[in-house]
Amino acid sequence: MKSVRIQGSRRTSRSSFIVTLKRNKWLLLLAAPATIAVILFSYLPMFGVVLAFKRYNFTDGIFGSPWSGFDNFKYLFATRDAFNSTINTVYLNALFIVFSLLGSIVVALLMMEVRNKWLVKSYQSVLFFPYFISWVIVGYFAYALLNYDTGTVNRLLEAAGLDAVQWYTKPQYWPAILVLVYVWKNVGYFSLIYLAGMLGIDKEYYEAATMDGATRLQQIRKITLPLLVPLITIMVLMQVGRIFFADFGLFFNVTQNSGALYSTTDVIDTYVFRTFRVLGDAGMATAAGLYQAICGLILVCISNWLVKKVNPDNALF
Amino acid sequence: MSRKTEWGRGLVHLTLLLLAVVCIVPLLLVVSASFSDETAIAEYGYTIIPKSISLYAYRYILSNPSQIFSAYEVTIIVTIVGTALSLLISSCLAYALSRRDFAYRRGFAFFIYFTMLFNGGLVPSYMLVTQTLHLKNSLGSLILPYLIVPWFVLLLRTYFSEIPEPLLESAKLEGAGELRILWNIVLPLSLPAIATVGLFIILMYWNDWYLALLYLDDSHKFPLQYLLYTIMQNLSAIKANPMPGMAIHLPGENTRMAIAVLATGPILFVFLFVQRYFVAGLKVGAVKG
Repeated sequence: MKSVRIQGSRRTSRSSFIVTLKRNKWLLLLAAPATIAVILFSYLPMFGVVLAFKRYNFTDGIFGSPWSGFDNFKYLFATRDAFNSTINTVYLNALFIVFSLLGSIVVALLMMEVRNKWLVKSYQSVLFFPYFISWVIVGYFAYALLNYDTGTVNRLLEAAGLDAVQWYTKPQYWPAILVLVYVWKNVGYFSLIYLAGMLGIDKEYYEAATMDGATRLQQIRKITLPLLVPLITIMVLMQVGRIFFADFGLFFNVTQNSGALYSTTDVIDTYVFRTFRVLGDAGMATAAGLYQAICGLILVCISNWLVKKVNPDNALF
Repeated sequence: MSRKTEWGRGLVHLTLLLLAVVCIVPLLLVVSASFSDETAIAEYGYTIIPKSISLYAYRYILSNPSQIFSAYEVTIIVTIVGTALSLLISSCLAYALSRRDFAYRRGFAFFIYFTMLFNGGLVPSYMLVTQTLHLKNSLGSLILPYLIVPWFVLLLRTYFSEIPEPLLESAKLEGAGELRILWNIVLPLSLPAIATVGLFIILMYWNDWYLALLYLDDSHKFPLQYLLYTIMQNLSAIKANPMPGMAIHLPGENTRMAIAVLATGPILFVFLFVQRYFVAGLKVGAVKG
C-alpha cells in the first residue's frame, strides 16, 4: 500500500518534471550555449585542482601522476615568496580600495557641481579615457614617464636640480606608483557609478536644505554622503571580496615584471604565473592558486553575509 | 551669485581641469614621442610637444608592415568573432534568467554566478586549453575562454528584467515564440545595455594580451597588444644584459610609441562613438547594484 503510493507520487513528480521541461524548452535552449561554455571553461578546470595534491609529470598527465599529499602546500608555505606575495596582494589591494574610493567620490561630488552639460560630458570622457587603455599601453605610459634616460619624471627632477632615479630598480617607491596608476586608470569608472547614485537622490532634499539656508558643503555632508552610504558599502564589500586577487596586468606590465621590484610588487597572481610558466612547477602553482581561491571564497562569503545585513537586495546569493 | 560661491565654482573647475590634464598627459607624451625624431627623444626626453617633428616611425612601420598588419588582422578577427559570439550567447542566457516564469531560473543563476566566487586557477585552465582542447597557437584560445563573463550576464539580466512583463505576455498572446520576443522586443528595448556590455566585451578582446601570453608561441598569430608586450619585453631584457649587435633588431623609441598609438587609435574611436549609450547603460547597472 505504502510503496504503491510512493511509486504513484514518483510517477506524477516525474511526469510533472517532464511537463515543466517541455514548457521551458525554449528558455532552456536559449540558456544552453552559455551554460556549456561555463561548464567547459569554469567547472572542468575545478577538477584540475587535484594537481595541488600531486607530483605532476607530463607523461602521466593530471590524473595519472602520483599523489603527494600536502607536500606542495608544505613547500609553498616554506618559501618566503608565498608569504611575501600574500602580504603584498592584501596590502596593495587595501590601498587601492581606500584611495580609489576617496578619489572617485571627490570626483563625483565635483562633477555634481558642474552645471554646464557640455562640460560635464567633456570631463567625464577625459577622466574615463584611461579605463579604456590596455595594461600593455599603460606600461608604455609608465615607461615614458619613469625610464632612467629619457623619462619625463627624471627630466623634471634634473631640471629642479635633483638626481635622476633608477625607478625600475627601487622597490620602495612602487607601492605609491602602483596606487597612483591604479587610481588613474579606475577613478573615472568608479566616479561614474557614484555620480549615477548621486543623480538618483531626490532633488527635494536639496531644495528644502537650500530653503533652510544650508551651504553646499553642509548639503554634501548631511544629504549626499549619508544617502550614498549603501552604494559605497556595496562597492567596497565587492572589492574586499576580491582582495586576494590582484590585477595581473597592472603588476605584470607596469612594473615591467622587474625582478628587482618583487619585494614590494610580487602578488599571488604573478607568483603563480612565475612558478608555473617560468619554473614549470605545475603542482606548486596549482597549490598556490587553490590557496588563493579558497581565501577568496571565504572572504566573498563573509562580504556577502555583511551585504545581506546592510541591504538584502544587493546580496549576490 | 555671491562672491564665495563664485570662488567655489572656480575651484571645482580648476580641480577637474587639473585631473583631466593628468589623465591625458601620458597619452600626449606617447603620441608626441611617436611623431618625434629619435635623437630629439634621446636629447630632451619625452615632451608634450615634439622638439622636431618626424614621420619616420610611421613610415618605418608602413614600409615593413607584415608583422603589424598580421597583428591587426588577428586582433580584428578575435574582437569581431569574440564579441559577436559572446554578446549573442550572453544575451540569450540573460534573457532566460530575466524571465520570472523560467522554472530553473535560480538553479541556472547560481550555477553561473558561482564561477565569480571560485575557480580552478591558472594551471588547470591552462591544461584544459592546451592538452584537452588542443587549442595552443590557435585563435580559439584567444576567444573561447572569455565567452561568458558572469558580470556582463548580470548587467544584461538587470536591464532585461526592467521590461514590463505585460508587454511580453501580450506578445505571447499574439503568438510570438521566445526567440521572437527576445529578438523583436527585448533586444531593441535594451539598446543602452547591449551597447554598454558590447563595448565592455570589445574592450576585453581588443585589449587582451594575457591569453596570448599563455597560449601563443607562433609570432604570426600575435595580437596587437601582445606584439607590443613582446617588443617592450625584448627591450628590457637587452637593457638588463646588453649584448653588442642585438639592439639592431629593436625598433627605436619613437617606433615603439607609434605602434602603441596604432594599437590604441581604433578603440578610442569606438569609445567616442558608443559613449552616449554607455552612461545610460552603466547607470542602470549601478543604481541596481
